[in-house]
Amino acid sequence: MNIKNMKENHKLLAEYKYELGEIDKGYTNRTLYVNISDNTINSKPVTEMMKEKFVGGKGFGLWYLWNATTPTTRWDDSENEIIIAGGPACGITQYAGTGKSLVCSISPLTDIPIDSNVGGYFGPLLKFSGWDALEIQGKSDKDIIVYIDGNNGIVTIEEAPLEAYDAHILGEQLTEMFADNEEDKRNVAVVTAGTGAEHSRFGILNFTFYDQRRKTTRLKQAGRGGIGTVFRNKKLKALIVKFSNVKGDLNNTFEQSIINKTGIKYHKEIHDLDHLQNNMRKIGTANIIEVMDAYDLLPVMNFQYGSHPDTEKIKSTVFIEKYLTQGVQDGCWYGCSMACAKAADNFLLKTGPYKGHRVTVDGPEYENAAGLGANCAIFDPEAILELNFYCDTYGIDTISFGTATAFAMECYERGIINKEITEGLELNFGNFYSSVELLHQMSKGEGFGTVVGQGVNRMKKLFVEKYGANEEFLFDIGMEQKGLEYSEYGSKESLAQQGGYGLTNKGPQHDEAWLIFMDMVNNQIPTFEDKAEALHYYPMFRTWFGLYGFCKLPWNDIVPADNKYTDEPAKVPEHVQNYLDVVYGVTGRKLSVDDMIKESERVYNFQRIFNIRMGKGLRKDDRIPYRSMGPVTKEEYESRQERYDTQLREKIGYAPEGKTTEEKMAALREYRENQYEKLIDAVYKRRGWNSNGVPTLKHLKYLNLELPELMEVIKDLQ
Amino acid sequence: MKYLAKDDSKCIQCGACESICSKTYFKEDNPEKSCIQINKEDTPEINVCNQCGECIDICPVMAIKRDKLGVVRIDKKICVGCFMCVGFCPQLSMRQHDDYIEPFKCIACGLCAKECPTEAIYIAEKSDEEAKEMPLDKVFNK
Repeated sequence: MNIKNMKENHKLLAEYKYELGEIDKGYTNRTLYVNISDNTINSKPVTEMMKEKFVGGKGFGLWYLWNATTPTTRWDDSENEIIIAGGPACGITQYAGTGKSLVCSISPLTDIPIDSNVGGYFGPLLKFSGWDALEIQGKSDKDIIVYIDGNNGIVTIEEAPLEAYDAHILGEQLTEMFADNEEDKRNVAVVTAGTGAEHSRFGILNFTFYDQRRKTTRLKQAGRGGIGTVFRNKKLKALIVKFSNVKGDLNNTFEQSIINKTGIKYHKEIHDLDHLQNNMRKIGTANIIEVMDAYDLLPVMNFQYGSHPDTEKIKSTVFIEKYLTQGVQDGCWYGCSMACAKAADNFLLKTGPYKGHRVTVDGPEYENAAGLGANCAIFDPEAILELNFYCDTYGIDTISFGTATAFAMECYERGIINKEITEGLELNFGNFYSSVELLHQMSKGEGFGTVVGQGVNRMKKLFVEKYGANEEFLFDIGMEQKGLEYSEYGSKESLAQQGGYGLTNKGPQHDEAWLIFMDMVNNQIPTFEDKAEALHYYPMFRTWFGLYGFCKLPWNDIVPADNKYTDEPAKVPEHVQNYLDVVYGVTGRKLSVDDMIKESERVYNFQRIFNIRMGKGLRKDDRIPYRSMGPVTKEEYESRQERYDTQLREKIGYAPEGKTTEEKMAALREYRENQYEKLIDAVYKRRGWNSNGVPTLKHLKYLNLELPELMEVIKDLQ
Repeated sequence: MKYLAKDDSKCIQCGACESICSKTYFKEDNPEKSCIQINKEDTPEINVCNQCGECIDICPVMAIKRDKLGVVRIDKKICVGCFMCVGFCPQLSMRQHDDYIEPFKCIACGLCAKECPTEAIYIAEKSDEEAKEMPLDKVFNK
């Protein structure tokens, strides 16, 4: 890699100098605006109104996006933006999970705003360089980078023709290029996509952090909704920030001592309890692979089933014992004692352009093992790691890829598509080589891979229009809503989780609500009102993390030893208080839990109205595929016949004896679809929305969110 | 490797060690700013770093290293103040005080041992095999 030559071939397109400034209680009070169409760079003030109504992070991102776009803006229009913002708590180092960035854009999959949260060092270093948010608008006609030198106060836009595109190489090249020496590498953070992001709609952004022990650049992903596709469509090759003087007090907090105290208490808790609870430090989120299987929740073969005997081959201990390096500090920002960003080192690749290379693979996360593995019936740990690696470096979302590939595999197995259509790929369940070939095709922009890369929503239309597939059946088995692929949990047997997926703003991603255990396993929310309360509280509570720059995992992937004796163990009250204490320490805002929920509600309702403005925020858009609610096929019914027969008998008063499976399926379906509609009614009511899913004017008044531009969108929908 | 050894049974809880430590390193007579700390209960207990080095692998920026005498030291210029080392110290001997954004610890300088009237603390040597940090070169084969 000739870094010097690459740098010499950069052509400076714009340079902007700025005063470094100082952070005040978590805010720099400025946003960096970069237009890559006309190469202008400006500083924009962060107003008091923005802080009061939108807090930061995702709130700022959505607000800027709203102002930049119109109802007709689509993902590839020049005015579409990519906004990266941390939040006031982003960059503190004393509490676990405080380096998150929230990225917003209009999605190529959904045509509505997407928000995706991501670790790595970019968000904190951006703030220390003087910026609460980075707002990128416009489109370049040549491959460019944007470089923020946070030590000297200089921003440049540069043509960068020679660097690689794939993230694991480009991250290394740019880290090497902009760091003064080995020790300085951790002060450089890079945002990239990858070759696959150009040829699919579910491209991701990779955010790097330099791992000083491994001496390699690690990758964390803003995975959902295709922001990497927008990034490459703008001809952005990378964003780079450099800031060399990180200390623990750069946020100039209101009261540092309460942050120190809360952080150390939490570090002790991780030290004492993690190995007795979820083993996050050893395996990260993948600790639940076998748990999901045991509870019949692991998506298998495009969500048809919830478990499989071969899960044994990909259970968490296999990765711990054979692949993931243990005992290394794996946090994706300083101070994360949960350290869930695991990696397999010296992993030998078997396919593709990097065949024979030994690489560090970040992961696997649970979603990757479930989506790339079980959902495609690929029960091979090395296959999962290889798919995981190529998804990351090509800039492809593992979740959308897993769910879309599983859908294509089911269509292939059922004869809806064939070998002629797939151009020779045998897309049977379990075929790793076909799956990874789809990825290589996405990278090169050729073959059936580019069809799968359009996502489930567009594949459904194509298969119906071009190949005569049954539209209703494809709607039933195509696991997408609003255009976004489902993440990797089976929700058939949990009505609350059907709402947890279906009644989201961005599409079916579990970051808003994960209620399966509360609902199905522990039966803590039996009535519609209970479920509606949970589908109000949890989405709002979880939204809050993204406003402040927090990671959600330290909230409940470990709990205090006495948590089970509290009034509401599922909420982990002590940890909620930790967050309120930390936010008080950073900003001086003394919030109650109600205040916290209200802060989120403002942003959540704003996003809902944004969806409505873009034409996709009403009740009809909250419809979900039947595969997420119940058995679509005879085989699915019969795999859980006892459970379904019992439900027919006890809940519907329908005697299953003597009935055909088809008859029973029809009765069950009518019941379950009706239950979902009742759930929607209850949830909308609790959220302050009318029966069409539109926030009421009264509710906006309660939220102090009566902005004229919002009222304009919803006034005729009351 | 060098460390500060202790014999709790000889401690008379006079606090002379805490006093000399905090005065030496923080120019203040304040037991909360002392690397060695003595409890206030009836049975004396001396809490001080045994140089095991578990904190070395915890530090996200590799600011904690063992020096050539085997003493575990924090490079405060590199430290980012996350205090994970405080939460993960098996002896609870890594210190933190809100006046500073970096933690602090015993570096086995021996000044307190000289002040101790009962020889309850003293500089000693122990086997290097008790050092607990990971051999990174071997782990990553680089």
